[in-house]
Amino acid sequence: MIETILSNLALILGTTLMYSTPLIYTSLGGVLSENSGVINIGLEGMMVIGAFIGAAIGYYVGNPWIAFIGAGVAGGLFGLLHAFASVTFGANQVVSGIAINFLGIGIALFLSRIFFEGATMTKSIQLDNKMPRPLNGVFPDGSILNTIFDNQYATVYLAFIMVLLIWFFLYKTKYGLRLRSVGEHPTAADTLGINVMGIRYFAVIMSGVFAGFGGAAMSLAIVSNFRPTLISGHGFIALAAMIFGKWKPQGAMLACLLFGGAQGLAVYLGQFDINIPTQLISMLPYVITIVVLIGFVGKSSAPSADGIPYEKESKY
Amino acid sequence: MGYENVTQSLTKIIEMKNITKKFGDFVANDSVNLDVFKGKVHALLGENGAGKSTLMNILYGLYSPTSGEILINGKKVEITNPNIAIEHGIGMVHQHFMLVKPFTVTQNIILGQEPVSKMSVLNMKKALKDVKEISERYGLYVDPNAKIEDISVGMQQRVEILKALYRGAEILILDEPTAVLTPQEIVELIQIIKNLTKEGKSIILISHKLKEIIDAADFCLIIRRGKHIDTVVVPETNEEGLASKMVGREVSFVVDKKVKVAGDEIFSIKDLVVKDNRDIVAVDKLNISIKKGEILGLAGIDGNGQTELLEAITGLRKVESGEIKINDNNITNNTPFQVINKKISHIPEDRQKRGLVLDFDISENTILENYYKNPFARKGILNYNNIRVYAKELIDKFDVRPKEESKMARTLSGGNQQKVIIAREVSNDPDLLIAAQPTRGLDVGAIEFVHKSLIDQRDNDKAVFLISFELDEIMNVSDRIAVIYEGKIVGIVDAKDAEVEKLGLMMAGGGSK
Repeated sequence: MIETILSNLALILGTTLMYSTPLIYTSLGGVLSENSGVINIGLEGMMVIGAFIGAAIGYYVGNPWIAFIGAGVAGGLFGLLHAFASVTFGANQVVSGIAINFLGIGIALFLSRIFFEGATMTKSIQLDNKMPRPLNGVFPDGSILNTIFDNQYATVYLAFIMVLLIWFFLYKTKYGLRLRSVGEHPTAADTLGINVMGIRYFAVIMSGVFAGFGGAAMSLAIVSNFRPTLISGHGFIALAAMIFGKWKPQGAMLACLLFGGAQGLAVYLGQFDINIPTQLISMLPYVITIVVLIGFVGKSSAPSADGIPYEKESKY
Repeated sequence: MGYENVTQSLTKIIEMKNITKKFGDFVANDSVNLDVFKGKVHALLGENGAGKSTLMNILYGLYSPTSGEILINGKKVEITNPNIAIEHGIGMVHQHFMLVKPFTVTQNIILGQEPVSKMSVLNMKKALKDVKEISERYGLYVDPNAKIEDISVGMQQRVEILKALYRGAEILILDEPTAVLTPQEIVELIQIIKNLTKEGKSIILISHKLKEIIDAADFCLIIRRGKHIDTVVVPETNEEGLASKMVGREVSFVVDKKVKVAGDEIFSIKDLVVKDNRDIVAVDKLNISIKKGEILGLAGIDGNGQTELLEAITGLRKVESGEIKINDNNITNNTPFQVINKKISHIPEDRQKRGLVLDFDISENTILENYYKNPFARKGILNYNNIRVYAKELIDKFDVRPKEESKMARTLSGGNQQKVIIAREVSNDPDLLIAAQPTRGLDVGAIEFVHKSLIDQRDNDKAVFLISFELDEIMNVSDRIAVIYEGKIVGIVDAKDAEVEKLGLMMAGGGSK
């Protein structure tokens, strides 16, 4: 009895890790961008383009790491676009982000039709060319650890390493300190000779890179191709996770695990013949997102200058 | 002696020559000249919006001048950004502090010039040591690990000064440094300024407060509406001399007030209890009453329940128990709307937050309380023609500048913002006018105007309730003075019998009933 419970829990935990991973990358992107004072609602679009480019390069080149990096570059280019609009021209960051979401799915489908014979779905990557699974077969068959780690792709472990790296960058290095100061009080940073525009460019581009990684973690690991509905809101869930995590990498990670857990639970429940329509069960992660945002976040501590374009010579 | 003779033997470190700065059509600085000498305090005096801050932002590299040149130690320099200013030894303490609230004192001080070990990793140990060292050297004590949001405004200012010193500043620009300080903190600041000049630092002190210029400065440059008026040697002048140069006319410091016998009681508060945001009792069984044709001044140190009392009267905060009455109507726990309709007007403490909608224009701000009434609206539709006519009338009557009713409230100077509020509130013809800190941050000209408006109300047989932290103001304007301490009235005296020492003692909780 206890063994069945444990192995069921292990199963849920395994799927939780798997589904959390794309969210973690993407929410780290959000953490970087918003701590520098630029709202990035375009994470979804950046994730979509990352997922497509990852799948496309993965299919044609056959090396998952080149595909993964390619996805980051694609996301980064979208980040550059967002930075161009919202940092250089001081455009409304929400509007720019929405535009990027449309652009992401549009360009992905357009390129897909060009490179995959008119199909909106890329061809599947061969199993050998997907992300490696470092702990595959390490633990004995049927053991709890095996259930949890056997099928986890390298992207899962890398995501947690990235959380640590971003945390260290933000809180232990001078550039992290500067990035946060720009998001809290850009005028103060400017008076100390810190390059506000430069830091915001860096942060927004990096947020695109991480969202691109998030998309690729989906299309190169969890599944093995790109299709139009693949991302369907994960970018927004990652955004919510970042807010729920109080704009901190470690908090965002925990929030992503919660949302990933909801998804894991949905998958787990889906295998039983219970009297709840599967559609309702698949809604679980989204419902939890809303409940959490309403109930638990409250007045959370966004960086003070988040969403406000910085103009140098304004008369205050 | 004269300026030329006194300055002959001094070392010039900064010369700003014929500085002009235009924002579009608006000339903020018009050929202004400024010399700063080593180890001396040079004050910059002018009314709100005269262009003092603009001139300093140019020196600090935040704005680039339209024309003119800057020399440091005799050499011409181009200061295009704050980094260059810092390199030349210029440090600035801004009027609105440039501090990152969630960061610690140390993080704020080192920001931009962080001590690092390998790979840009912050070396917080060295940072703490450095901060401690300079804070001890100049007698500027702060808790280096405290977060900015948790420390007092006076402490925050020290952090700003330390920030500049940490960057090796030789010349410190202090922009309106006392605007936000308590009287005790001002005394401490002037001492700090003296310590700094003793160490050979030069100070540029921007201010519109004459007293502190007399107390702290060696020289004083006066600007009026962007124009260079004069540079004077401070010990050779006095407050009146500075004031008339700043405003361009003679200014009276004595409030002109006729004797008046007060009428019947019109407003009263009985056993009022109000809690603050932390749910602690802030107003504790307080009793006061105000008569027609009387100004009651409420003296007290900030944070003794004044804000909560005001909010309770005006309907912005819940009354726990007790009673507030005007004209025999009980208005306890009424909504602000109901309070206004009972003929109570309110000049709020924070004019930018509660007095005005900053992104509305002047005309819209003048009808915030009456927008739904004839002739401003009919059947729910605003009549902008009538609103504008009304606003123009008020602008003329209260001398709001610029005389354009379509100017955004945000763009007005502090004094003119206050005039718009006073115009609106007084025009409601209130039975009781509540004025909270009505002259905070205003220059002498505007202060004169505000005081006159309050006294006019009183002379028209209306009641006025004045709340202020400035004891001088309370003593000059009020007819009776109530002292509040820890949410209770600890004494009420007639203004003509009031003594500063006695009031001060009561404000500190040492008085007797």
